Amino acid sequence: MSSPVSQFKTDATAKAGDLRHRGLIQTALRKYEIVRDVRKGAFQDWEQARQSAAETKFFAINHLDTHLVEFAEKLEARGTKVHWASTASQAREIIGGIIKQKQAKSVVKSKAMTAEEIHLNPALEKLGFEVVESDLGEYIVQLREEAPYHIVFPAMHLTRAEISDLFHNKLGSPETHSPEELTMIARDALREKYITADIGITGANFAIAETGMISVTENEGNARLSAALPKTMISLLGIEKVLPKLEDLALFLPMLATAGAGQQITCYNTMYGGPRQADECDGPEEYHVVLLDNRRTELLADPEQRDALHCIRCGACLNVCPIFRNVGGHTYGTTYSGPIGSVITPHLRGLQDWKHLSNSSSLCGACTETCPVKIDLHHHLLHNRRNASAGKPSVLERLAYRIYAIAVNTPGFWGLGKRIGRLAYPFARFFSGTIYDPARAWTKTRDLPPMPGQSFKEWWKERNR
Amino acid sequence: MKVTLFVPCFMDACYPKVGISIVEILERLGHEIECPEEVVCCGQPAFNSGYWEESRVICRKVLKQLERAEAVVIPSGSCGAMLKVFYPELFKGEPEEAAANDLAARTWEFSDFLVKRLGVTDLGAKFEGKATFHDGCHGLRELKTKDSPRRLLEKVEGLELVEMEAAETCCGFGGTFSAKFPMISTAMGEVKCSSANETGADWMVSNDSSCLMHLQGLLDRQGNPLKTIHLAEVLAQR
Repeated sequence: MSSPVSQFKTDATAKAGDLRHRGLIQTALRKYEIVRDVRKGAFQDWEQARQSAAETKFFAINHLDTHLVEFAEKLEARGTKVHWASTASQAREIIGGIIKQKQAKSVVKSKAMTAEEIHLNPALEKLGFEVVESDLGEYIVQLREEAPYHIVFPAMHLTRAEISDLFHNKLGSPETHSPEELTMIARDALREKYITADIGITGANFAIAETGMISVTENEGNARLSAALPKTMISLLGIEKVLPKLEDLALFLPMLATAGAGQQITCYNTMYGGPRQADECDGPEEYHVVLLDNRRTELLADPEQRDALHCIRCGACLNVCPIFRNVGGHTYGTTYSGPIGSVITPHLRGLQDWKHLSNSSSLCGACTETCPVKIDLHHHLLHNRRNASAGKPSVLERLAYRIYAIAVNTPGFWGLGKRIGRLAYPFARFFSGTIYDPARAWTKTRDLPPMPGQSFKEWWKERNR
Repeated sequence: MKVTLFVPCFMDACYPKVGISIVEILERLGHEIECPEEVVCCGQPAFNSGYWEESRVICRKVLKQLERAEAVVIPSGSCGAMLKVFYPELFKGEPEEAAANDLAARTWEFSDFLVKRLGVTDLGAKFEGKATFHDGCHGLRELKTKDSPRRLLEKVEGLELVEMEAAETCCGFGGTFSAKFPMISTAMGEVKCSSANETGADWMVSNDSSCLMHLQGLLDRQGNPLKTIHLAEVLAQR
């Protein structure tokens, strides 16, 4: 298997030049931007809303210890079993253990990026369980045996025709380009799964400490069915999902919908606070909540980048990121793509192996500008670059910057450099773009900048002589 | 006022006309200009690549050279952001922290200096053509320089200013990013140029020559007739 950096470079180069992909993604995200702006307008003051949300998350994360304990105690008081998983493998073992203990055969699962993060499905399939994704987009990428393309829109890279072909090949359905008909095909296949599943797995959008409830946001009702029909329900969530108060949802639910999908509010917002109680007529008989650390506490220990734990996984930073829009989600080669992924993946999976994601940014700051919880995303990319260079500098790059520092700090040196550049310039065109060209990375697709006979400093000197 | 002009390294070598235009404009407004010989680069390439210690070697010299400047003007949102936003971060906890904060407060991006510091928008410039403005990201998001260039361009006689949809979208230059990830950089440049082309503009104007260096290189290679020009060069024409 290739290293993360070489895989990224190869895939990015291919995708960046793929005009069909570019057209598809740019068009979809331009539409998103239009509806998002309409919905932002429905807020009395969107900027103030962002500020409030950032402050709430700041408080939530900076008191994570007490919030998590409060959350767990409230849940346990209503009969929920709360599990604490330090690592991905612990979380997989806990969930696999519950399923084994229940002697379950099939599992129905609603959308959960945390489950992608710990590679839950392959682990459960290895244990012999069938896991079916119930979110339409997730179901489509599961049938294609690929990872979600985007945190919120898992199948946004596919056209109706491609989905039709996929359903035709995998489910034997007739060809159709109608989104309604395609949805009905998936719905028919999925209904059967809900009824027969022994276990339902969900993620969570928020964990309310005050009431010990998880909040799940969805547009299809599939999470409700995944939670309500099977006898056992499991929710897997990262520890950063905490919000202190129930009333915080009054801001966070419309904010998540607006930033994430340009919706006023997502179609279904459900709270789960425990298994079926004695006086209740429905709900699962058993409820398990798995709280995942998986190196989030290391991020918590970093005061400079701790705000990355504010993330509500709305995907807004991916949507506006010109890198994401040109290379697509799969190119990142890891669960969380886009700017937030480039910031947190080095913390979750190792800085030296994943620093290329922080380098692969023009640092334009569109992500930071759009983030509803005001994570200082593009500056954290700079911080990751600094930490990576400090930890394991590239000998060549450091030498180059040392020589450069001498060159620009010594006027004679700089003047000489310009004269050499001017002399070499006419010859550059002979090997421009070839493998002998030291500026090939530039000249392969772009012409060199001009090199006039007199520099500004030379002009200034001559003028003031 | 005595204005210290900081013409960044690549503009000194490749785009001397930008600096010359600024000298003309500011002298016409009655200001005295100085251009310290020893100030060449703002130190951003090393800083953005994560080599902060190597960057400090350059930045310390800049701090020293500009210690007494009344107002430092930089014709680049990106290098301007380096001095105004990133020097204070780079020298946080260092002996030069106060000097960095002090320089940041005295430093101006060129269009902001004209509009916000001098209160000038009409420079009596004449420039025939249809133009669209490209917001360099550092100017736009680090310095919040959105209005100043437009207010100046609106006063240029003969110039029709049209907005492109992707005005605020990064052009893909990004310093060393353009060489480390050339294909992504190129794709981003293509998106930018096609948005500019959609407006029917003859010119893409910006306050950042670094973006324009990348975009013009791409336009020339692709035979696209759209031309790029720095804001100062437009404003100096009469």
